[in-house]
Amino acid sequence: MSSQTANMPAESSGDDKGDVLLEVRGLKKYFPVTSGGFFQKVVGQIKAVDDISFFVRRGETFGLVGESGCGKSTTGRSILQFDKPTAGEIRFEGTDLTQLGSEQMRQMRKRMQIVFQDPYSSLNPRMTAGMIVGEPMTVHHTVHNRSELAERVRDLFELVGLNPEMAERYPHQFSGGQRQRIGIARALALNPSFIVCDEPVSALDVSIQAQVINLFEELQERLGLTYLFIAHDLSVVRHIADRVAVMYLGHIVEVAPAEDLYSHPLHPYTQALLSAVPIPDPAIEANRKRIILKGEVPSPLNPPSGCVFHPRCPIADASCESAVPELIEISPEHWVACFKA
Amino acid sequence: MNHLLEINDLRVEFSTDAGTVRAVDGVSYSVDRGETLAIVGESGCGKSVSALSIMGLLPKPAARIRSGEILFNGVDLLGLDNGAMRHIRGKEIAMVFQEPMTSLNPLLTIGLQLTEALQLHMNMNLGQAWTRAQELLERVEISEAQRRLKQYPHHLSGGMRQRVMLALALSCEPKVIIADEPTTALDVTIQAQILELMKDLTHEMGMALVMITHNLGIVARYADTVNIMYAGKIVEGGAAKDIYASPRHPYTQGLMRSVPRLDLPREAKLVPIEGQPPDLSQLPPGCSFQPRCPYAVDLCSQEAPLLLETSLKHTAACWLVDEIEAVV
Repeated sequence: MSSQTANMPAESSGDDKGDVLLEVRGLKKYFPVTSGGFFQKVVGQIKAVDDISFFVRRGETFGLVGESGCGKSTTGRSILQFDKPTAGEIRFEGTDLTQLGSEQMRQMRKRMQIVFQDPYSSLNPRMTAGMIVGEPMTVHHTVHNRSELAERVRDLFELVGLNPEMAERYPHQFSGGQRQRIGIARALALNPSFIVCDEPVSALDVSIQAQVINLFEELQERLGLTYLFIAHDLSVVRHIADRVAVMYLGHIVEVAPAEDLYSHPLHPYTQALLSAVPIPDPAIEANRKRIILKGEVPSPLNPPSGCVFHPRCPIADASCESAVPELIEISPEHWVACFKA
Repeated sequence: MNHLLEINDLRVEFSTDAGTVRAVDGVSYSVDRGETLAIVGESGCGKSVSALSIMGLLPKPAARIRSGEILFNGVDLLGLDNGAMRHIRGKEIAMVFQEPMTSLNPLLTIGLQLTEALQLHMNMNLGQAWTRAQELLERVEISEAQRRLKQYPHHLSGGMRQRVMLALALSCEPKVIIADEPTTALDVTIQAQILELMKDLTHEMGMALVMITHNLGIVARYADTVNIMYAGKIVEGGAAKDIYASPRHPYTQGLMRSVPRLDLPREAKLVPIEGQPPDLSQLPPGCSFQPRCPYAVDLCSQEAPLLLETSLKHTAACWLVDEIEAVV
């Protein structure tokens, strides 16, 4: 396969992309920065997501990794139209969500749900666990009477490994891991086909993380779900995702099948990121080469020229300062945006 | 010979609405010059409470030290009054907290916070302290030190604030640094920067480092010795290389099996620890880990096992230690 350019992950047409459920093309999300005065004059733009494209196949887990502020959560929120994109298309089963009216979008949301990071703040403390899980079904009128609702809530509790007897309890009576299960049950209430998982295990203790990760895997297998799995923990994403995109300062710098990305990272940022993750084995750590990046992530308010990574890149040269590298398919399914890779 | 810092049978209780809770229940450990000791455990296991006890920073009156001793160079810190403790805290034993935004004073410039400690503990005048503060910022690799000294904490990024915390901890050349989840709030590339810096500086200055963390990867990379805590007790301890090569306690084994690792095959199944984290106000009888333990027998719910040496300098608190295979 020859080198393809730019937004190829999304635009290559009619070939072996397979059964695409979600396709994001040229997505941009800019947040205006205002002067704060009476007229709220716009004095700048925070380029949280700056022209990214990718697709997600039906039934797969697509991982989105990167450090805080790279735009990964904004991408998830833009896909669900919680944040209206500044530009770009979001095609879900062929329908461009950015063109839908609010009622059409409301109907669409039944099929696309989200699980949030913080199981403490994303559950209403005044509602019982059963009410929380049942609410989407009453709002969308997918159940017709009380007994049907109760039965469905019961099923959902069992599905996520919670004792249905606990439906009468309030969120504070559950542990963090159990609360995350409630959040997952709520997301599943309307039988969605696609779930955005936004850092769903990062707030949990190590021993509980594994329980929830396994639950996500089991549910995917049983219900044929498609996940967009957003996380900063590279080990977790490697474990759960089929394909992974690495984001830096609003851009996707590399996309590849998980196995390939972790064994042959091509972008210098991906390489640094992976080498920074310590492996829980002192014998391995003693001889491991690590790339310590200089400096910190620049502000998305005033991103660097050319390749956004160039000020911290160990191999950057003059060309990286002037031109923006495009995503190029280096080997099948492995795209990287770097002049040096 | 005395250890630099030695904690013996420390017991700390908290009064809560749910009754008295034993946050630290008979913990002993020691650390020497140049050594890095990691205390590992999940939320509520008592790892931070043991550190706060050393610093004399337990929230009063909710917390109460029931018994035990904390020996620094042979002197029991628990017997010292506030005045004497003030000479130890910051000067001899310094602490780096998880969240630098809440542990730096938002109303004072970086310079003022650094020079305050230097004037107090190192008998410097303002000029000397200011020069030294600038050196310290350069030492923790903060650029434009002169300008940074005049800035406030909110002007700095999270990584930079943690560097300032480290400069503050190093300022009085303490013998021991206690770092409580020092990089948990930071991104992985910044975490790597801070931890490398911390390792280099403590080695260079011959300090002892007590690192409190839940991250088994960080422990593997930086610690010489490790204590694993569960529900207020140390359940396993020893040299890092021994603990990772042959973990003896079912909890340690469970922790190691439940984290995905970059060096193992991607499809390797995670084996979680079943059940929920312990509720300290309602601990089960016997071994606290027993309700979640895949090996538990009747004895485990009757009597708590003691922390005993299983091989040279490797301890574990489990009745079945000889029956369970020591593998991950």
